[in-house]
Amino acid sequence: MAETVLEIENLRTSFNIKGNYYAAVDGVSLTVHKNEVVAIVGESGCGKSALALSIIGLHNTKTTKLEGQVNLKGQNLLNLPVEKLNKIRGKDLGMIFQDPMTALNPLATIGRQIAEPMDYHMKLSSAAKKKRVLELLGQVGIKDANRIYKQYPHELSGGMRQRVVIAIALACNPVMLIADEPTTALDVTIQAQIMDLMKELQRITDSGIILITHDLGVVAEMANRVAVMYAGEFVEIADVNTLFSNPLHPYTRSLLSSIPSNMTDKEELHVIEGIVPSIQKLDREGCRFAPRIPWISEDAHEDKPTLHEVEPGHFVRCTCYKKFHFPEERVEDENYVTT
Amino acid sequence: MSLLNVNNLQVHFPIRGGFFRRVVDQVRAVDGVSFELEPGETYGLVGESGCGKTTTGRAIIGLNKATGGEVLFNGDNLATMNGHDRRKHIRDIQMIFQDPYSSLNGRKNVLNIIAEPLRNFERLSPKEELTRVQNMIERVGLSPESIYKYPHQFSGGQRQRIGIARALMLNPKLIIADEPVSALDVSVQAQVLNFMQEIQKDFGLTYLFISHDLGVIKHICDRIGIMYKGRFVEEGTAEDVYNNPQHLYTKRLIAAIPEMDPAKRFEKMELRQEINTAYRTEYDSYFDKDGRMFDLKPLTPTHSVAIQQGGM
Repeated sequence: MAETVLEIENLRTSFNIKGNYYAAVDGVSLTVHKNEVVAIVGESGCGKSALALSIIGLHNTKTTKLEGQVNLKGQNLLNLPVEKLNKIRGKDLGMIFQDPMTALNPLATIGRQIAEPMDYHMKLSSAAKKKRVLELLGQVGIKDANRIYKQYPHELSGGMRQRVVIAIALACNPVMLIADEPTTALDVTIQAQIMDLMKELQRITDSGIILITHDLGVVAEMANRVAVMYAGEFVEIADVNTLFSNPLHPYTRSLLSSIPSNMTDKEELHVIEGIVPSIQKLDREGCRFAPRIPWISEDAHEDKPTLHEVEPGHFVRCTCYKKFHFPEERVEDENYVTT
Repeated sequence: MSLLNVNNLQVHFPIRGGFFRRVVDQVRAVDGVSFELEPGETYGLVGESGCGKTTTGRAIIGLNKATGGEVLFNGDNLATMNGHDRRKHIRDIQMIFQDPYSSLNGRKNVLNIIAEPLRNFERLSPKEELTRVQNMIERVGLSPESIYKYPHQFSGGQRQRIGIARALMLNPKLIIADEPVSALDVSVQAQVLNFMQEIQKDFGLTYLFISHDLGVIKHICDRIGIMYKGRFVEEGTAEDVYNNPQHLYTKRLIAAIPEMDPAKRFEKMELRQEINTAYRTEYDSYFDKDGRMFDLKPLTPTHSVAIQQGGM
């Protein structure tokens, strides 16, 4: 097994809402190895972005409480004072944001923006710095690097801007990259280009990548391992081939069958009943997905669901996956039909 | 007879500048688009952002003025009609918008939102209006008491249902759906797509479905038109376009759909690189000397593609 880069242990991120703290990320543990892409998937409101922001420390410190550990290079990032954290963010820990329109500074040239993390973290002569910037621009697939170096973000297309954002994240050779929906704001053909670019980069750099997305297509194209998140918890963790060929948790199976994929014909898509519960109303005892599969009997769930390792490296929360079937499927055992 | 017949539709926006802000040039957002819709079918308009698909939809319903061509709805040309005559026809065409958060007025309750088309076109007593709205709200799967609630009290999927209820209120024949599911999560998206198919059968609707998501388009559409730079690149049944794409641009779009089988990801990546190389080298042969796309040329009765006369 490759070297571990990032280790998240029992991370709990709670937000203060009217005086009470509610956990949006509720006891998440994950390790990321060198040269590995771990995708975190889920619907909006499942806590995936809250998780990303807690790792990199961009949450609002006044209203957010963090518990647990995020270990990078033997340091727990959650306990570090801001000055020390700033020595790590942008250097060892890079971030790729969703929307390249808002992630870039409209008043600074591309060259200056890519050089900025280097000014802060590395002592380089201005000639060496420029050389490095041009090299980075080449790495992210920008052909005319000398011209782009002097341009401003508004002169570039969305896809080019996202390439620049990736170049900034890579500037100081990070050991860990967090990519929060890196392709969501882009057109289909541009999305394909960025996905291919990130696959290329993964070949040439050694960094571990956490890829946060709601798009299972992006996951299938890029991830090595996948963690499916629901209501603040991981409900299934598996390597990518296993997840798509043998998904177990009811939530994973429901998500997969609700995509209008380009393979199936005009059947009805699966609809997950109900909505993602808000963090205030969430019932934290018992299986959190149970209210959305009411046709599965209650005794199929565990009282206190934990992650079970069903095969080496394949984890599933709760026992309800054993009895799960879609409502339209025929059931052999009539005891498990409640509706 | 086809329900809607769009002939050489053009929507040009003037660029003003110089002395007295004279018109110096035109943005040809839609530049000679023709297609027809048979009653009961779902026609998909696909393309990247900026290709003119939304403008086409808006020009049909009259939210943008067509600068040329005709829009024949049941044989009457909507493009040249004045407002008064238009009004008689326009109630049969309704629109569903992309963003269910901004397309519903936050200061109106659901009753007022859904009853608005009724108030515009029919004279009903408040009691009749209430029953019609209640029937519709039940039909779209919301609880009857929700008519006194406001949009912010609903989830995204529910709001899109309110938008659909509003569009259905006048029993329209044609619904123009502009990216109706793009702003929604996958599971909610599935819910709205299923629902749209269900009401299509019940109300005998024809859809013009505008989207950039090729997966969704393939799932819901019978026929598809691919747009690029305001013109049609390729048109055909879903099978024609997905299994036998002819134009390089179409091939490029289809190769961009994420591969759902993790084992094939590098194969797909190589395919995309091949197509991209071809796209760069052969790009010019797909456009005429003025830089315009060629006119559509039929290959089979259902499938046409914009390539040079006499093939490549």
